[in-house]
Amino acid sequence: MTADLLRLDGVGVRLGGREILRDVSFSIRPGEFTGLIGPNGAGKTTLLRVILGLQPVTGGAVLLDGSPRPARDSSIGYVPQKLAIDPDMPLRVRDVVSLGLDGNRLGISLPSRARRVRVAEMLAAVGAERYADARIGELSGGEQQRVMIAHALISRPRLLLLDEPLANLDISSEQGIVSVLARLARAEGVAVLLSAHDMNPLMPVMDRIVYVAGGRAAVGSADEVVQPEVLSRLYGRHVDVIRVHGRILVVAAPEGFDDAEAVAEDAGVVR
Amino acid sequence: MGHLLRSVFEPGFFGSGPVHVAFAVGTVIAITSAVVGVFTVTRGQSFAGHSLADIATTGGSGAFLVGINQFWGYLAFGAGAAAFMEMIGVQRRRGRDVATGVVLGAALGLAALFLYLGTQESSTTGASFTILFGSMFVLTPSTVPTLIVSALLALATVLMLARMLLLSSLSPDIAAARGVPVRAVGAAFLMALAVSVALSAVIIGAVLSTALLIGPAATALRVVKGPVRAAATAAGIGVLATWLGILLAYDSFYWPPAGRGWPVSFFVVALVVGSYLVTYLRPRQRQVTTQESPDPEHACSVA
Repeated sequence: MTADLLRLDGVGVRLGGREILRDVSFSIRPGEFTGLIGPNGAGKTTLLRVILGLQPVTGGAVLLDGSPRPARDSSIGYVPQKLAIDPDMPLRVRDVVSLGLDGNRLGISLPSRARRVRVAEMLAAVGAERYADARIGELSGGEQQRVMIAHALISRPRLLLLDEPLANLDISSEQGIVSVLARLARAEGVAVLLSAHDMNPLMPVMDRIVYVAGGRAAVGSADEVVQPEVLSRLYGRHVDVIRVHGRILVVAAPEGFDDAEAVAEDAGVVR
Repeated sequence: MGHLLRSVFEPGFFGSGPVHVAFAVGTVIAITSAVVGVFTVTRGQSFAGHSLADIATTGGSGAFLVGINQFWGYLAFGAGAAAFMEMIGVQRRRGRDVATGVVLGAALGLAALFLYLGTQESSTTGASFTILFGSMFVLTPSTVPTLIVSALLALATVLMLARMLLLSSLSPDIAAARGVPVRAVGAAFLMALAVSVALSAVIIGAVLSTALLIGPAATALRVVKGPVRAAATAAGIGVLATWLGILLAYDSFYWPPAGRGWPVSFFVVALVVGSYLVTYLRPRQRQVTTQESPDPEHACSVA
């Protein structure tokens, strides 16, 4: 039994009088790959910001190794959803990765052999060596994701948070990112918490799912969580879970759909 | 050879006191402005730099009216405006254009009034010209140490915060999550920017000050990659433009019709803008393919 790396205990968040998250509890153990799944606007980004300490909670606690996280540490790596980068921004890919080492320190960094080697290693690990000298703003979304993963991992965090890294990627880049993450999580022993609105590309690599909907979360294995009863309770309305060729679709019942009828019909849904 | 040198460096160039002062102050300020400029462009705050220049004009003309050194006017108004911008968050390009436009218009209107009153009062011709367009040859020697110390302070601030500034411009959220006080770092940078604008205003004039700030940085960012090389290149361009500007302005006194030198600010700005235009003659480096191509031959080439 390994101790929890991260633990959320009854976390609640209110933004401008609106309840975004209510009583969210789950924990992540070292090296685990957790999918933070839920529809757009469910509060996935808010939850990640809570873990990062960027969003104050209105209730509950976030514990890292059993205690509140210090303000300035590198134990959590973060890949935000979208970078608003100008194509003319003078940072090369290798500068961006290097900033992951000490971008939070004062002064300028002196070039060193150790730094160069470490940056090159990380670029190779995410498959970004080809464009190491390109400007970050010139890259496609998938290429930027790889670079930001290298940026986040170079300081050797124990937990890596990624906000919708698969959004707006074509299918092959999507698979590329997922396999890079799965490989690095194993090789570096990093726990990964990745948010996505579509769980399917992650099915082969996820150890656990934290499913967020309606401000609440359900936690467990994909088989435990992705069930019509569990998700219907989260969404507060009837949803169906359809499994086709190993893929999972979560579909809301049409407006005005009779719930009793749905329960009866659930028996007929392919599991 | 000697003849050629004599025709490049007109008589008295190396012996002239104002030329020495212009070289010393011009060099330090050009370096500071260029380095601060690289971060200004990187952070997308060129517009903030320009706004500060407009407001500094008001400060400079106000200082002239009440009879104190213009640098303090540039600095006080620039720093005040920077603090105000930071408070209401207008430093971003897209931030509140209309309100900003109205405020800048008002600032320049006030500058017009101050200059008019000031010129009437002291009947000093050329004062408005010096405030608007500067002159390195009329620097008061007693202000030289102040100017140089201010420039070095602004430069040191930006270099100290360099990594935090870059990380914050890459992603404020990542920076904040890593413990960077993003807001305070941004505010400190804006102050360094206000100081740089005030300094550039002293040597090439308030309205032209952004030329020395943004011009060398913009040129450098077109030709080199990486923040360190960009800052070094920008500083080189700024210093060269300043030196050549001083030389040409001095020489222009001997150009026909002799006896009337051209403004040094004109030469500096012309050289800066010229260097920027030259970068367009040279085709921009082939950019890396935006597709995730598996072909290793597609790897970009780097100069």
